[in-house]
Amino acid sequence: MLAANIEYYKPATIQAALEQFYLLKNKRKRPIYYGGGTEVLTLGRLNLIETDAVIDLKGIRECQSFEFDQEYLITGAALPLTYIEEKNLFPLLTSSSMGIADHTARNKITIGGNICGQIFYREAVLPFLICESKAVIAGENGIQIFALNEIFNETLQLEEGQFLLQLLTEKRYIHLPFVSIKKRQQWDTGYPLLTVAAVKVEDQIRFAFSGLCPFPFRSRKMEDELNNLQLPLKERISRALLQVPSPILDDIEGSKDYRLFVLRNTLNEIILDLEGK
Amino acid sequence: MAQSLVKKIGVSLEINGEQRQVEIRPADTLLYVLRNYLGLTGAKPGCLNGDCGACSVIVNEKVYKSCIMLAVEAVESKVTSIEGLSDSPIQKAFVEHFAFQCGYCTPGFIMNTHAMLLHEPHPTYETIKEWLSSNICRCTSYQEIEDAVFSVIGRDK
Ligand SMILES: Cc1cc2nc3c(=O)[nH]c(=O)nc-3n(C[C@H](O)[C@H](O)[C@H](O)COP(=O)(O)OP(=O)(O)OC[C@H]3O[C@@H](n4cnc5c(N)ncnc54)[C@H](O)[C@@H]3O)c2cc1C
Ligand code: FES
Ligand code: FES
Repeated sequence: MLAANIEYYKPATIQAALEQFYLLKNKRKRPIYYGGGTEVLTLGRLNLIETDAVIDLKGIRECQSFEFDQEYLITGAALPLTYIEEKNLFPLLTSSSMGIADHTARNKITIGGNICGQIFYREAVLPFLICESKAVIAGENGIQIFALNEIFNETLQLEEGQFLLQLLTEKRYIHLPFVSIKKRQQWDTGYPLLTVAAVKVEDQIRFAFSGLCPFPFRSRKMEDELNNLQLPLKERISRALLQVPSPILDDIEGSKDYRLFVLRNTLNEIILDLEGK
Repeated sequence: MAQSLVKKIGVSLEINGEQRQVEIRPADTLLYVLRNYLGLTGAKPGCLNGDCGACSVIVNEKVYKSCIMLAVEAVESKVTSIEGLSDSPIQKAFVEHFAFQCGYCTPGFIMNTHAMLLHEPHPTYETIKEWLSSNICRCTSYQEIEDAVFSVIGRDK
């Protein structure tokens, strides 16, 4: 449970949400945005989130859109993960989403909350990183569109008061061959030992990872090595492993060496699958 | 227009088909309000962390873990707790298949499987597995719980 005297706001428009944020700030409050609220409530219970006002984004129409326009698939930040899975407009996203938490929790967890959360897996960002999606951000300066690969550096780099409104993914990425694999140490649900999403764009495979480092990432250096067809597969993977950013996680879910072992096998599996297609 | 809710506020919640007026704090979880203000103790506090599913309730025909939902989010929705189900086929099946031992997890499993059958009356084995993995039974009655679900859909694995 959160601190007793928290305030709750549910604005219906982008403008109202931003005004509410700055109004609260001016009153020396500590507002935060609220998607599904699962992280706000679980970390709040442990006093790991400091806030006295939450601004629920679920009432904003633009945060709930999930549709194609001429060029893009528009994914609203406040969509619950199960809604995305049921509509299944973006099969790679459906597949990655279904690996997160459990079915009931995914009725509440939103795509924006997962991407902006503190819990460092943030697995829902992987498909968007490898499909060169754009992030639509609302803030003091109005609505701005950024390349996700530029604005997502370990975390989504938001300035105070900004929130993620939507993600835009070009239609040409939606039905490309992909693989999404989540390896857990035990159980069928829960945090990953390693999650990899990969998509084949022309003759190149792009990869993004969660569970390997204390942040999700896509690495061009790793991709260059993995796509180097001049070398045997084993060698490509060995060279890519040298490019994994640090630190590599070494915790109760799995040691650093075990994670690298699982990564090696998983990359092998993915490349054989996608290069075979 | 933004709606502001500070300190204790009066809200109307539709629970098990009844409108209930209740004074809540915006920080109160739905689980807390059901149990402590409304006397509906069927939803159980387990982990309070979204992991175990003992607190599951149905809101607008979808199942949620009420420990990770604010009560204020359920205003203008239809909430069903285990007290709102009577003699549903899945409840009977749990009894007939002895699908519990201590029973602590049972309301959560029943709410989840009831929601699944509302959503998908003829679920595949994969769907059943996926939905059931949202709940934990410390007495490990998983086999009997699966049997109960299969008896309701009238099929074997
Ligand atoms: C039972 C359980 C299992 C889990 N398992 C996994 C897992 O397997 N893999 C995984 O990746 N994660 C997992 N998580 C973590 C979960 O996905 C994240 O905690 C996520 O943040 C929850 O999303 P939410 O919508 O509930 O976020 P919220 O609690 O609403 O918000 C989380 C944070 O993001 C901010 N925020 C929310 N929306 C926006 C927005 N649109 N713009 C800017 N900031 C925003 C909030 O201010 C807050 O700081 C699990 C969580 C639970 C409860
Ligand atoms: S008490 Fe809510 S999920 Fe465990
Ligand atoms: S019957 Fe005891 S926890 Fe499930």
